[in-house]
Amino acid sequence: MMLEVKDLAAAYSGIEALRGVSLHIEQGEMVALIGANGAGKSTLLNCLSGTVRAKRGSIRFDGSEIVGTRPHRVSRMGLLHVPEGRQILFELTVEENLLLGELARGSRTSDYGLSEVFKLFPILQERRLQRGGTLSGGQQQMLAIGRALMGGPKLLLLDEPSLGLSPIITDQVFDALQALNAAGLTILLVEQNANRALQVTKRAYLLEHGELAYQGNSADLLHDEKVIAHYLGHLPSA
Amino acid sequence: MIAQQLVNGIVTGSVYALFALGFTLIFGTFKILNLAHAGVFMSGAFIGYFAVLNGLPLWLALVLAMIGSGLISYIVELGAFATIRGSGQIEFGALISSIGANLCLMSLGQRLSNTKVLRFPFETFPVEFYEFGPVRFSFLQVIILLVVVVLLMAMMFYLYKTSFGRQIRAVSGNERVASLLGVNPGLVYFQTFFISGALAGVAGIMIGLSFNSIHFYMGEPYLLKAFVVVVLGGLGSVHGAVVAGMLLGIFQNLAVAYLPSALTETIIYGLLFVVLLVKPSGLFGSEGVQVGVARR
Ligand SMILES: Nc1ncnc2c1ncn2[C@@H]1O[C@H](COP(=O)(O)OP(=O)(O)OP(=O)(O)O)[C@@H](O)[C@H]1O
Ligand SMILES: [Mg+2]
Repeated sequence: MMLEVKDLAAAYSGIEALRGVSLHIEQGEMVALIGANGAGKSTLLNCLSGTVRAKRGSIRFDGSEIVGTRPHRVSRMGLLHVPEGRQILFELTVEENLLLGELARGSRTSDYGLSEVFKLFPILQERRLQRGGTLSGGQQQMLAIGRALMGGPKLLLLDEPSLGLSPIITDQVFDALQALNAAGLTILLVEQNANRALQVTKRAYLLEHGELAYQGNSADLLHDEKVIAHYLGHLPSA
Repeated sequence: MIAQQLVNGIVTGSVYALFALGFTLIFGTFKILNLAHAGVFMSGAFIGYFAVLNGLPLWLALVLAMIGSGLISYIVELGAFATIRGSGQIEFGALISSIGANLCLMSLGQRLSNTKVLRFPFETFPVEFYEFGPVRFSFLQVIILLVVVVLLMAMMFYLYKTSFGRQIRAVSGNERVASLLGVNPGLVYFQTFFISGALAGVAGIMIGLSFNSIHFYMGEPYLLKAFVVVVLGGLGSVHGAVVAGMLLGIFQNLAVAYLPSALTETIIYGLLFVVLLVKPSGLFGSEGVQVGVARR
């Protein structure tokens, strides 16, 4: 098992954002985690990558317990988190952003170096020497994903990669994610754009007010309009 | 005559640049105005002085001063900044606690020197001059220039061409994201403060040698100059600090030679004012730089 989360809870100054969430991801899976605004999706990812401290529960990643492990150690173990809003380092060039990503790899081997990332996102090669801050939103998302790939991820966490992107660019990004998963990468995909996330995954978790409200096949969830309407507040739009 | 003043100005300016560089490195990376930089500078001069007094060769004294003031700078970080980092009020809090740290270092210096001005023993440094046409260099000036140029180049290389430099700039941009990518922020804090302190220490010993005068209060005037240099060059801009430091040194030397001495300072700050009116972000500052205490 790649990731096994048990009874995970987290709070911000006493206010609970996660109340005992359990989930698991097998090697090679791409799993969706969906939920409305403020459901606790980002908090969950932040607990996994160590930037938010879990109040309770356990996180086993690739066989070891990682609750309390500091973020830079977690990423060096191969758990890479592409945070919400992309978070490109504006002052560094595209290439420097990517090379920085290499740090997490350490002595592990990785399928992804500069040339593989450039093959996946050719636009990054064109913009190689530009500052990260000059990229468009879609390009920044590609850079954020490429940067994480450079770290040789065993598990990739993505927080709302489609945020603020046009449908066409979103397609490109999701195509890339599917290709990565097909090549064997394990992915946990957090999305508010539930429809898209359910289309590209086999299994999904639905988070509501810090608790799991549903888990199962993405296809079932996708076609269960009652569930979507009830938990996400709107019908999926194509 | 003017060529000579130019040379003197470049030498003085290079020391200003060295001092300001460490100051701007901390500001640019962590948004901390580290007023204890003056105390660290003074510590470097003291360490160098006591090393020489104990019979060590000057080059070794220089190395010890670098390492010693680098460590002192890191101790300031641990004591004055790391302790308040979690509170979310780092910019203002750090300003105050750096004043405290500076006072501690100064009282230490005052104790060690019994409030006296310390002077290097006679013939610590060969007093020799080289003539190039109308211009005269002292041996000390040549050494200062060499050391500063080597350090500046090493620093540029380190910041912009190595993985460590990338990590420093990454933490400067966004510490959380850097740590998600495997950067250990603790190590970055150590390196940055150490380098900043080491540069200040070298500047301290250089100034101590130039004027053959070391005292606990010697850092303060340079701190004020560092503000001028850093603001003139553009807050947080490394290139800007170097160029502005040189300009300030040259201008000061020319002003002393050709203008009424009482007016020098007035003119320097007047000029700074004009530059800021025309280009508020400084000569090399990017327009987007947030000055002062703005939070992301
Ligand atoms: N840094 C913080 N301090 C205090 N409360 C927070 C903080 N971050 C999140 N919260 C709160 O925790 C809850 C869960 O937030 P979280 O960001 O995890 O939700 P989310 O599912 O990622 O939402 P979104 O879809 O808007 O990104 C929310 O009620 C939010 O207001
Ligand atoms: Mg979120």
